[in-house]
Amino acid sequence: MSRTDLGPPDYREMLPPIIKENYGQWQYHEYVQPGVMKHVSESGAELFTIRVGSPRLVSLDFIREICDLADTYCDGYLRFTSRHNVEFLLSKEENVQPLLDALKLKGYPVGGIGNAMSSMVHTQGWIHCHTPATDASGIVKAVMDDLFEHFTHMDLPARLRVALACCLNMCGAVHCSDIAILGIHRTVPRINHDRLSKVCEIPTVIASCPTAAIKPDPQKKSVKINEEKCMYCGNCFTMCPAMEIMDPVNDGIAILVGGKVSNARTGPMFSRLAIPFLPNNPPRWPEVVDAVHKIVEVWIADAQTGERVGEWINRIGWERFFDRTGIPFTDKHIDDYIFSVPTFRSTTNFKW
Amino acid sequence: MEDKKTPLLDQLEQGPWPSFVTEMKKAAEKDDSAKDLLLQLEQSYVDKKGHWKHGGIVGVRGYGAGVIGRYSDSPEEFPHVAEFHTVRVNQPSGWFYNTATLRKLCDIWEKRGSGLTNLHGSTGDVILLGTKTDQLQPTFDELSDAGFDLGGSGSGLRTPSCCCGPARCEWSCFDTLDLCNDLTHTFQNQMHRPMWPYKFKFKISGCPNDCVASIARADLSIIGTWRDSLRIDQEQVKEYARSGMDIRGEVCEKCPTKALKFDEKAQELQVKVEDCTRCMHCINRMPKAIRPGVDKGATILIGGKATILRSAFLSWVIVPFMKMEPPYQELKDLIDKIWEWWDENGKTRERVGELIYRLGMGNFLRAVGLPPVPQMVREPRANPYIFWQANEVERGEGK
Repeated sequence: MSRTDLGPPDYREMLPPIIKENYGQWQYHEYVQPGVMKHVSESGAELFTIRVGSPRLVSLDFIREICDLADTYCDGYLRFTSRHNVEFLLSKEENVQPLLDALKLKGYPVGGIGNAMSSMVHTQGWIHCHTPATDASGIVKAVMDDLFEHFTHMDLPARLRVALACCLNMCGAVHCSDIAILGIHRTVPRINHDRLSKVCEIPTVIASCPTAAIKPDPQKKSVKINEEKCMYCGNCFTMCPAMEIMDPVNDGIAILVGGKVSNARTGPMFSRLAIPFLPNNPPRWPEVVDAVHKIVEVWIADAQTGERVGEWINRIGWERFFDRTGIPFTDKHIDDYIFSVPTFRSTTNFKW
Repeated sequence: MEDKKTPLLDQLEQGPWPSFVTEMKKAAEKDDSAKDLLLQLEQSYVDKKGHWKHGGIVGVRGYGAGVIGRYSDSPEEFPHVAEFHTVRVNQPSGWFYNTATLRKLCDIWEKRGSGLTNLHGSTGDVILLGTKTDQLQPTFDELSDAGFDLGGSGSGLRTPSCCCGPARCEWSCFDTLDLCNDLTHTFQNQMHRPMWPYKFKFKISGCPNDCVASIARADLSIIGTWRDSLRIDQEQVKEYARSGMDIRGEVCEKCPTKALKFDEKAQELQVKVEDCTRCMHCINRMPKAIRPGVDKGATILIGGKATILRSAFLSWVIVPFMKMEPPYQELKDLIDKIWEWWDENGKTRERVGELIYRLGMGNFLRAVGLPPVPQMVREPRANPYIFWQANEVERGEGK
């Protein structure tokens, strides 16, 4: 039997010599150009970072190619960021331009630093998950193609974080991103009564429902759903394969806006519903791409320097957000779950 | 055999952003399961629905976690993805790699799997995407021999992750990489052998910019901070002013507590230390002139999670300040108490944040031995529905 409980490889062996020598001694950093940073140590040592966008779903050819580049220009070291970008770490300034040239030749986009859009945090979608209401990689590719210039330029009012989750499990960062793309269902699960008691634990299925829409059905040795209480979250399907919920006609996308995780200026904020539904339209999801594009454009035109999407909306007010973006406001936007009342407007302060 | 086509996916090879379809095609040239994955995905694009069967329980000997089983719902049509399991491999702290290590991983996966990966999964792991059941144990054996271990899955500790910290950031208030590595090694058993009501995640950020989004994406969020004054280099402040920066507008007016004043005449920046909430804005704007203080540690927050079941939570403060130095015993003792209480009281699939929401912060704080302090709340309760402990009231008529 193989060795167990050995844990991850030792990070200390993964650090380039310049980082080992200046560990914890960095004094400041600056942006040299889009996608390129310089960190300066107390000792005067300079470390250059080149950040490169990646599709996250990558082949071994991709990994070996970035290893080749790191061997040639970075003494064999590189890292990945928390948004799935690749970072080349260079101790020699004279290697910066040759690496940028090599990356350009191979078609790797350099950017994602400063007041730019970074890569989209996203999930498995139809590639590998069993509960998605939409795909992940396809929409990400379509949106990143459309907003590409904002990845390679630092031309935005502030950082722009876009994330995607293919179902309400919200794996990743959709609940706290400037713009979030979320796969949703709109129809009630279909119960396979013959199969249910064989493959599901009924009390767990009942407990999985946030709105208590599921009750036991002892006669059928199954469960029943109060359809008026079900808002199609799909959590019962996660717990029980006999409650199919995927519906190609009615599944689609909701767009949320205004979340952030950093504490700078304002505390972290949740993303909030902007568009309740857009259709799944593979392979390029034009309705989703257009909606995200429009929100980003209005934000760019309207926001003050340094203002994240959520900070901008808080300043102008939600009524103005819907006005400026032309997004229709509907009953779907008004919260009706357990913490809803504090989201209502208990003041006479509002704009016409 | 006719060469099957992927007209819909082919459209995603157009455009400037690197294409995952191109990546899948590269893998498909060398591996039949990668080829079938591409074809099944094309079918999903036609049908607008996924083609994976529900669930799947597979693994390696000795562990209850680390592998996500997956089976195609159309195995006759796509036989090479009839079984297509994911292996989560624990990444090194901060996702730093030497190329020799990455190449070792590639060699193993080339032999044992589809040749497709995610770098990285949202929690931090290397995702080896797609292999057959009979390949799981050999894959693990070879990974283990090469110095890799699996990450977490299921109702156990998930793989911790951290920002790049002191390796490449002047703002890191403690050694995030070392803490991440230390906690991962200390709690190997909790990670590999799920034994809890539900999942539990650690994320570690060196400062309140929170570059791994720990406040939103971890049950226990460890975020660097400091207790003394910002360090201001007035010469550098003058430099920023000379370069044309509107220090009053861009920095002072954006300060959430108005703790900063810019003296135009002296070209000096003054901070009212006791008013600063360490949001990082001024430091972010003037990295050469302003730095965090020197009495550094971390704020510990609990409860972050996504929406299901009872709404999304952002983690909230339970320890305003704790020193973060090896062997991190104070933190580990607290973690043990939290797990013990949650394991004892949590319902099936109840995240620790939801348990605290259900039983109350008072009960939680008493159970883990933390004193209540105002830093834990945004504001005190507005309702008077207050619980008292038996030992807090006099024995009287009602008792």
